[in-house]
Amino acid sequence: MAKLKVVHYINQFFAQIGGEEKADYPAEIRVGEVVGPGMALTQKFGDDAEIIATIVCGDSYFNENLEKAKADILAMVKEQAPDVFVAGPAFNAGRYGVACGTIAAAVQEELGIPAVTGMYVENPGADMFKTQVYIVSTKNSAAGMRDAVNKLAPLAVKIGKGEAIGASSEEGYIPNGVRVNFFEKERGSKRAVKMLLKKLADKPFETEFPMPDFDRVDPNPAVKDLAHAKIALVTSGGIVPKGNPDHIESSSASHYGEYDIAGVMDLTEETYETAHGGYDPVYANEDSDRVLPVDVLRDMEKEGKIGELHHLFYTTTGNGTAVASSKAFAAEFSAKLKADGVDAVILTST
Amino acid sequence: MRLELGHIYIKDIQFAAESKIEDGILYVSEEALRAVALEDEKIKSVSFDIAKPGESVRITPVKDVIEPRVKVEGRGGIFPGVIAKVDTVGEGKTYALKGMAVVTAGKIVGFQEGIIDMTGPGADYTPFSKTLNLVMVCEPVDDIKPHDYEAAVRFAGFRVATYIGELARNLTPDETKVYETCTIKEGLEKYPNLPRVAYVQMLQSQGLLHDTYVYGVDAKKIVPTIMSPTEVMDGAIVSGNCVSACDKNPTYVHLNNPVVEDMFEQHGKTINFVGHIITNENVYLADKQRSSDWTAKLCKMLDLDGAIVSQEGFGNPDTDLIMNCKKIEAEGVKTVIITDEYAGRDGKSQSLADADPAADAVVTGGNANQVIILPKLDKVIGTLDYVTKIAGASEETLREDGSLEVELQVLTGATNETGFNKLSAR
Repeated sequence: MAKLKVVHYINQFFAQIGGEEKADYPAEIRVGEVVGPGMALTQKFGDDAEIIATIVCGDSYFNENLEKAKADILAMVKEQAPDVFVAGPAFNAGRYGVACGTIAAAVQEELGIPAVTGMYVENPGADMFKTQVYIVSTKNSAAGMRDAVNKLAPLAVKIGKGEAIGASSEEGYIPNGVRVNFFEKERGSKRAVKMLLKKLADKPFETEFPMPDFDRVDPNPAVKDLAHAKIALVTSGGIVPKGNPDHIESSSASHYGEYDIAGVMDLTEETYETAHGGYDPVYANEDSDRVLPVDVLRDMEKEGKIGELHHLFYTTTGNGTAVASSKAFAAEFSAKLKADGVDAVILTST
Repeated sequence: MRLELGHIYIKDIQFAAESKIEDGILYVSEEALRAVALEDEKIKSVSFDIAKPGESVRITPVKDVIEPRVKVEGRGGIFPGVIAKVDTVGEGKTYALKGMAVVTAGKIVGFQEGIIDMTGPGADYTPFSKTLNLVMVCEPVDDIKPHDYEAAVRFAGFRVATYIGELARNLTPDETKVYETCTIKEGLEKYPNLPRVAYVQMLQSQGLLHDTYVYGVDAKKIVPTIMSPTEVMDGAIVSGNCVSACDKNPTYVHLNNPVVEDMFEQHGKTINFVGHIITNENVYLADKQRSSDWTAKLCKMLDLDGAIVSQEGFGNPDTDLIMNCKKIEAEGVKTVIITDEYAGRDGKSQSLADADPAADAVVTGGNANQVIILPKLDKVIGTLDYVTKIAGASEETLREDGSLEVELQVLTGATNETGFNKLSAR
């Protein structure tokens, strides 16, 4: 198999042009040249890939002439039509890291050429671009070059070949918010015991799942005039017309249902059921009002306690359903509820 | 408490005229097994089959997986309060048939859960592709109520496993492991410098097909309590749940609880393994508050330095997990929690339904939403009739070539939260 063609991006310092005093060096391409860290990369690539050109650009130049530098470099890369684009590694050099992230993301996004870079986790470029391009986690100075190249080169080859990319801990990239499964060497219980021993000894340990910033929603103020309010029912309890006509999944739902209950006074065993697989379905199947209280709301409608019950209800199964999916469902049907003049929603879970 | 656990390795299972274990081969009489299964009048018929590792066999819907054991010395019997009379177990001598399992399968109620593939990519994820499986598919009598049916199949599995375990009563184990715990005072005297550590096990208790039993008591109705870690090895905790089969603990996992095993391995060396606290995962908020309060209180009363908390299930129980973790940490006890994730098929979504900064040490069993293609296999034990409806499947699950496009969720034990497997995620 032919070697993958790589274009490599570095700054003025790693091209040995100079330090801060040369940071205004404009972008240039050196076709057929392997420069600075490119040597180590080439060695590590072996027969898998080769650097066909090196782009050098001063850090100040890049950041101060962002649009022009980006456009110029993209044009250079496009002309070379490489299989993969590698930027850096930038270690803890802030402007270099931002430049690497910016240009790698742009090459990937605008040219459709896969790109990878590397930097220290605290480099500002890491937080800015880790969800857009794979960023190999490096040490904080160029003393960590060998370590960086050992991760960067194989990942570049994999990305260039379009192979499946493993979990961050396997491939050495900075976690990018995408959870990827893989097999550890030890079973979970053993890992838990080891983690606990470290925690007990006040030694550093690494959690396998850093706690996310949790999305909490404040409730709306109370409805003042219920007697004239139009109320809708929405549930994640999976209540559907008998037979589940839209095939809402019992877990990890891919869609929600919208059903008309105009004239329906009571949900019965013959007419409604739950599609939800996450709780004892017997009682919901016997009487779906237990999850979606149509009967009670009809009574309240008659008694004048509420204005009216909206004739459509929205339903899905919350069981194992991704938060992102739930948000997308709700964004869509909330707009419908608003358009239908609904004043308040009773959202039932299970 | 001191328990000797004798391992008897089973190399093969064969149907035969007479049930016995000889040279590591389990011979079973189908007729005798049937008689044991049909002792309950609620079961109309039962069929038996054998599935071996590597065979092109898919078992589904799977209810429970059980390792046969027999109590040969000491108080009580296997599955106390369920099969054996109520008596405190966990001391004396027990034999376990290693390398095999009894698998109960068949239609039960609502959603028909759990797939075990004996070969192919699915076999990499379910731990029960590695055991020789004696599968029993039960049919109920007509017009039986779902709760009764579930109970009937559950008990039939334990009876058959107990019957097989009895065959080992007079054998000599291939290997023996000894597990010994101290009383509080003994532990303090013996290991004054070792951190005091306990295992906090959350038991699934959300309702039908989401239940667990402790000495025969429905775990919904317990308040958190302390056990000797050896008690589970005699079947003190049994499963009544299998929905979203990937992260529910079959009885096999309770018998071979890996946290108990791995804590015992460190007991007396780096930790003093003080005990096994069990709590539940009820759906009512008051229950959640009471149970997490009590769990934290027990941790404090035991003067713990550390605890490992394992979850069972996901979503609703995520709240119990975080409440437990927060409250235990607030008592000054360092915790590690074991969970799994529902990060969406693309891995980009929030993994848990609750979170807290106190949960800074997490072990994960992987993302259960990951999609996997299970190729068509030659033989199905049970039925594929429900395969588009189980948790983790969809209308598109059954593909034209007979393969299944499903989430890992469908595979029994794939993302187990007692740390039974090596699967993880980052």
